[in-house]
Order: sequence, then C-alpha cells, then structure tokens
Amino acid sequence: MPPTVQIKGIREGLLVTLGEGPWSEVQAALLAEIAEKASFFNGARLVLDVQNHILNAATLGKLRDLLADYNLSLWAVLSHSPTTEQTAQTLGLATRIHQGRADDAPASSDPETEGAEAVLVRRTLRSGSRVEYPGHVTIIGDVNPGAEIIASGDVVVWGRLRGLVHAGAEGDPEAVVCALDLSPTQLRIGEHISLAPPSRKTPRPEMAFIREGQVVAEPWSLPGQE
Amino acid sequence: MITITSGKGGVGKTTATANLGAALAAEGRKVCCIDGDIGLRNLDVVLGLENRIVYDIVDVVEGRCKLRQAMIRDKRLPELYLIPAAQTRDKSALSPSDMIRLTDELRGEVDYIVIDSPAGIERGFRNAIAPADEVVIITNPEVSAVRDADRIIGLIEAEQKGPAKLVINRLNAAMVKRGDMLAPEDVLELLAIELIGLVPEDENVIVSSNSGSPIVLDPKSRAGQAFRNIARRLMGEDVPFLDLDADGGLLNRLSRLMGRGG
Repeated sequence: MPPTVQIKGIREGLLVTLGEGPWSEVQAALLAEIAEKASFFNGARLVLDVQNHILNAATLGKLRDLLADYNLSLWAVLSHSPTTEQTAQTLGLATRIHQGRADDAPASSDPETEGAEAVLVRRTLRSGSRVEYPGHVTIIGDVNPGAEIIASGDVVVWGRLRGLVHAGAEGDPEAVVCALDLSPTQLRIGEHISLAPPSRKTPRPEMAFIREGQVVAEPWSLPGQE
Repeated sequence: MITITSGKGGVGKTTATANLGAALAAEGRKVCCIDGDIGLRNLDVVLGLENRIVYDIVDVVEGRCKLRQAMIRDKRLPELYLIPAAQTRDKSALSPSDMIRLTDELRGEVDYIVIDSPAGIERGFRNAIAPADEVVIITNPEVSAVRDADRIIGLIEAEQKGPAKLVINRLNAAMVKRGDMLAPEDVLELLAIELIGLVPEDENVIVSSNSGSPIVLDPKSRAGQAFRNIARRLMGEDVPFLDLDADGGLLNRLSRLMGRGG
C-alpha cells in the first residue's frame, strides 16, 4: 500500500500530512497526488506535516524545488523531529502554524525541572536563521546579527552572541543567557528587554539574568575566584 | 559552474559576472554567462550585447529555440558567450530543475558557466544556485550588504552548495584608513568564508558598464586587474592580493584601528 497523503484546507493554505514509510516512497506518493490534482494544487501555499520523518537540508531543499515545478510554495514544515525542524529553519521555512499542533505542549519553563528538554546546535547561526525551542538552547558557534534564538529555558552560546536572543520566552524570569562574547543586538529574558551594551574591545564570557526587574550581565568567573 | 550572488541589490553582481566571464575568456577558457535576472535583465547591457538578442533563456526552456541559438557570441572575446534573460517575463518562468537541465546541456560545450543571480532570496535566487558547483558571494564593505551576505551564505550552506567564496567589491582604502568603512578583516570575521577577491572602488567601472565594455579589457584599471586576479584564483592559481593602499599593508595594518561595525 502506498504511503498516505492527507490534505486539509487551513487558513494558511493547504496542510498536507504525510504518512509512514521510506522517504522516497512518501515523496513519490505526495508528488503523484499533486500531479493528479494539478489544478487544485496550482499556486497553493503548502504546510507539510512530515510527522516522524528525519530530513536533511538536501532532501527538504530538493522537495521544495520539486514543488516549485508544480507552482507550489512550501512555507512551513511541521515535524516531531528536532532535526527536521532545524533543517526547515535553516531553509527559512516556518515550523509552527497559527493553531499549533495539539501535541505541541510547551515544555516546562522551570530550568530546574529534571529532564527539561534542551537542544544542541553545532554550527554558526547566520543572519535569517532562527532557533526556536520549548526548552534550553545551546549553540556551539557564533550567533550573527540577524539570527534569532527563542528558548523557553536558558540559552548558552559557546561563541559570539551578536543576534537577538530571548530566554524564558514563555515568561520565565529565572532564565539566563550565557555567551563567550555577549553582544546581542537585543536580549530578552521573560518579559524584559534590553539593548546591546556598547561592544568591548576584549570580549569576555558573561551571563545575563534578571535582578530586581532589570537585565544585568555579569562577567563569568570560576567559582571561588570572585 | 559558478553562480555569482549577494542577497542585497546593487553591490556589483552583474558587473562581477560580466568581468569574471570576460577575464576567464581572455585567459582562453570557453565561457558562457547566464543572466538569471528574468524580468530585470542587465548582463547583456553591461557586456554590450543588448542589440544582438534574438532568443532568451525562457525561449530555450519553453522549446522555442535550441540552446545554441540563444547563445550570443561576444565579438571582442570569441570564447565568451551570453544567454540573456527574458525581459518580458518574471522569475516564475523558470524553475530550479529547468536551470539544471539547461546547464547540464551546456556543461559539455564550455569550460565555465557563470550565472548572474538576481538580488533577493526567492525563486530567482534558487534558480540561480540550483545548478551551481561553486558559489561566489559579492559584498560591499557596508553593514547592510554584509548582513545580507551572511543570510545568503546560510542559505547556501543549507542547500549544501558551500563553502561559498567571497569577493569584497568597492573597497575604498582611504575610507577604511579613516575608520569610515568596514575593513576586509571585519567582513571576514563575521562571514568566516574564503576571500578570493578585493576589488577597489573605481569610477571607470561605471563608465565601462555604461559603454558595454567590461573593465577587465582595460589593462590599466586597478579594478580590472582585481577581477583578472579573481578569475585566475577561480582557475586554481595562487595569486597574491593587490596592495590597495599606496602606503602598503592595508590588510595587515588596519584591523586594529577599527571597532566592530554595528
């Protein structure tokens, strides 16, 4: 039996939910469906729910180009896999739609909670890329101006942080942001917003948090050396 | 197969495409330049071939002519060809797979294909990079152009076309010296990709674009020399960078004078 392809009209366009199976067959089933109903699909904005498929950038980029051949624009990819969400975000695709998914319950925003989810991103985030995660976010690499990190927990950047960062994005004032060079264009923690401090000649590791209703940044030092 | 792109408009993609194409052809390589900017075609004007257009790239893709019929041969450089864009259509007239099919047909016939990408990150850009083996990013030493270049590099990495190479165009050594322009070091620190060219600002580039004669054909021009060097680097030669500052050592001396642009 070929993999299932479910289509549903939503406010943002067409929501296409893909079933289980090897990706090549799933993709073939999707394209066959589109070819069959070409006039129905023509010009549509597509939201693809890929469920549990784990897709890399080349695979997803290829599918997007194939869809372009049918005059379809892929604008969002929904997935259960953080890897696929990352891929979609790198390609500039949305990973959330208005209604959200039923099972998209936010992870606990309490950073102390045992088992709070975290994601590790091991590359430089360039302008236009966005990491949004219902948990903690760790970046190994730089965060360039124009890139965004939105985390409901803490954010740690092992590199230069020069983009926009929002920790505790679901309203947690206890969240912190750490970076080797903390020079974000804008830093938000919970409801608080602060602008970039003037950049220093010699950057040093710092941690930003809320103290008495203000965002403050303190240089990081080894415990016991303060 | 090289695609020239930038994200931001007006930084010199078309000029760079024309000049790198002409420089490679002057080195004896058979080159075909493709104008990917459908609806806003310019490359034919900069190369001085506008009045010879009969068929364009959309005609080829839609089967109204053979590939060879759309290739315009440059009279000055017999190894240089241009496939012009259509002016009366828009980006959706082509798809990434059309571009791959077309360039696959060309591959056997020429040594280099140089594609001029339109500004932006939408369909036209994706068409232009879909067939690329190598991507050259053009930027200016300006915060906005560098920001867009960073975005483009991220997209190219995502498409697994990387690592892209960088050309910094319109560098004004005197302004860098005064601290009024980003230095190459500042640009490289952010973008972190390989630099293959520094092109000085040169009024003659505008004159040559207007007259349809690429600046690389002018043996005296510094910008022309810079583009010739980039072409040789693309051919795999190791060419030292031009010293853009009469006092010497621009690359070494200036970084410490500069704060980070922001």
